[in-house]
Amino acid sequence: MAEYQGVVHTKSREIMSAWYDRLAAAAKNGTPSACIMISGNCVEILRSFDIEPVFPEVNALQLAIRKQSLPLILKAEEMGYSSDNCAYVKADAGYTFGEGGPSDGKIPVPNFLVCNFVGCNVYIKWFEHSAAFLGVPLVMIDVPFLHPDGKPTEGDVRYVVAQLRKLIETCEKVTGKKFDIDRLREICALSARAGAGWARAKELCQNTPAPFDAYFDSINMMGPINVLRGTKDAADFFDAAVKEYEEMVAAKKGPLAQEKFRIVVEGPPPYPYYRQFRDLFAAWGAVAVQSTYSTVGGIWEWGFRHDPKRPLESIAELMLVNNLCNRSLLQRYEQIKRYVEEWKADALVIHSVKSCRLFSAGQGDMRDYFANQLGVPTLLVESDLEDPRYYAQAMMKNRIDAFFESLEHRKLLRRA
Amino acid sequence: MNTAITAVATSPVARAKEICAAGLPDAIRRHPGPAFGCFPVYSPFELYHAAGLLPLGLMGAGGTIDIVHADARFQSFVCSIAKTTLELGLQKRLTALEGVAFHSICDVARNLASVFRRNFPGLHVEYIHLAQNGAGDAAEDYLVSEYRRALAGLEERLKRRIGDEAIRASIRTYNRPRALMRRLYEIRAREPERVTASEAFTLVRAGTFMPPEDHAALLEGSLAEFATRRNKRMDRVRVVVEGAFCEQPPVGLIDVMEAAGCYVVDDDFCAGWRWFREDVIETGDPVRALARAYLSRSRCSSTRHDPDRPRHLELVERVKSTGAQAVVFMPAKFCEPALFDYVLFRRELEKAGVPHILIEFEEKMWTFERTRGEIETFVESLLFD
Repeated sequence: MAEYQGVVHTKSREIMSAWYDRLAAAAKNGTPSACIMISGNCVEILRSFDIEPVFPEVNALQLAIRKQSLPLILKAEEMGYSSDNCAYVKADAGYTFGEGGPSDGKIPVPNFLVCNFVGCNVYIKWFEHSAAFLGVPLVMIDVPFLHPDGKPTEGDVRYVVAQLRKLIETCEKVTGKKFDIDRLREICALSARAGAGWARAKELCQNTPAPFDAYFDSINMMGPINVLRGTKDAADFFDAAVKEYEEMVAAKKGPLAQEKFRIVVEGPPPYPYYRQFRDLFAAWGAVAVQSTYSTVGGIWEWGFRHDPKRPLESIAELMLVNNLCNRSLLQRYEQIKRYVEEWKADALVIHSVKSCRLFSAGQGDMRDYFANQLGVPTLLVESDLEDPRYYAQAMMKNRIDAFFESLEHRKLLRRA
Repeated sequence: MNTAITAVATSPVARAKEICAAGLPDAIRRHPGPAFGCFPVYSPFELYHAAGLLPLGLMGAGGTIDIVHADARFQSFVCSIAKTTLELGLQKRLTALEGVAFHSICDVARNLASVFRRNFPGLHVEYIHLAQNGAGDAAEDYLVSEYRRALAGLEERLKRRIGDEAIRASIRTYNRPRALMRRLYEIRAREPERVTASEAFTLVRAGTFMPPEDHAALLEGSLAEFATRRNKRMDRVRVVVEGAFCEQPPVGLIDVMEAAGCYVVDDDFCAGWRWFREDVIETGDPVRALARAYLSRSRCSSTRHDPDRPRHLELVERVKSTGAQAVVFMPAKFCEPALFDYVLFRRELEKAGVPHILIEFEEKMWTFERTRGEIETFVESLLFD
């Protein structure tokens, strides 16, 4: 099934490939690099020192999408990892940090690791393991979990800023450069531009039809916003994306020939079967108008922007408040509820992945809340984001077909 | 307190066994005042105690409850303790609690706090983010502010001020059973033939179901009894058990481990209830004393990142200092923190030439024959090498 994939797709590929080229160059010429995680990250600080960021999560998902993850996962299981451990970590163990280190020359051995611990406890384990196997130092940025009222305390903010300052010291030591706050301000201004563009693109999905699939097409934008944020490339990319999507909205065009169902999707995608999974929804004319997965790195659609006037504090705010992972399950319910209402969705689809308990633990309760308490038609399906062994196409098709059949029936009844 | 149980039981260990078998719902019923459920691993018990609440272990229900509702809320790949704990709530066995606390130990525990908040609006649900950094990294000030925030929430709920003097008094109260538990473990390391592993486990576990003063009395009684024992030391392998810090194994599994030829000289059962290696300081700012103790006087744990004391190195040191010959990894099924740590532990133990075995368990398991066979084979390979 062919969806419209225009300028956004090509440009995203272009700038992401350029980043991979820079990583390969760093592996060869020793440009300083550091590993960092996607969720609520502080990549701006690394960028202000010209330290090339390496994102193990992106490496892992690339391996899965190229169907190369299983042998690496099996290699990691030989190292002692359990079948119940997160397969992102296992793929990375098999590829990057297992005995011998990265072998294909495409990824540098980092000078250090920055663990931006925002919610996901596996992040801590992952980088403890990388640090032990690769023998490189680990800088831990412990981000207090967001409280139910959505407001960090002064103590929370002070703690994060103090740790960011410690990261800055490490960057100074590694690069021999002095911290330049004006440089960080410029980078934060570029981040703010990218954030504004990403927020606008998502807002455009409130139109019918939505100009892109906010689940499946979002990965073309999640790279630029989470990995390349703070570069001119990323800011320009989002300008181009918004332009294209505004034109599509004006022309009433969407990713599919016809938008029949508007859905909100919760949970990461099954990367090893990305295409097949997408086709199951496309067959029903179902388009995701919002998704929670697209907010793992940050939530910009509610107004957060990096602030060049308060660079460190605004970086801390992204880490503490404005990303999905550091928010509670109940705060996620509220997020989804807003998506369903404001993006005018017909249904909620929960893709529960075994690897990521941050996402999945308790999704049965989420289904209970949406289906029984709010009356939103809700489908829960299970597989994995990295391990192909947990995906069963026939079963997946059955569940999805049955769900949309009943949804169609409901629509017909409502019209009658 | 606990008069009904005291009347029928003969020895402190027998009493502890009864208390454990009766479980949390019974502990809530027995206590005349308000109580507070503490999910593993560590919780700052003194704060609740100073508020006039009795901290009780909210640690699953083992085989004592049938899962009727919780399976629909948490998937098949989620640990048993999360499900049985939720099931206790859904079956209305926790309604008499004033509240519950969860902590930043893993992704499941964090989401469970949310599920509790939605399903049990009558409970005060606290979620405490325990620092995941070293003492020197602004962590102490942070933890003080986090504890003060939790205290303010309790004060608002109870409409009552919780003064520093009350917290200091609670620290003194809890220092006693904790010191006695350290003594119990010293005996186990030195003379494991005096106390069986399941006796030690039961005595500690009973403490999660009773007031700290009663627990201290129970421990004192037991230690006096153990001092008079003259058991012969058997030809067994001295092991450290690691990994069962949150969900607790059934006692039968611990018995089988010893029967199969092990002396357990150290373990991390109920780790949060004996978290401190030394007393918490009883003077000065009590909240700061608790924060400092968490960061600097605590045991190593799979649920805590400590840049100053990597856990895999600490485990090897502990094997040496207790004179253990091997390590039994005992993670609960689906427990990510323990299963992850296994990789680094194994690697480090192999470097140091320490034999090890992996035994996964579930709190609800009730047949142990396979495990017995595995451990016997392991023990034989060590004794007749």
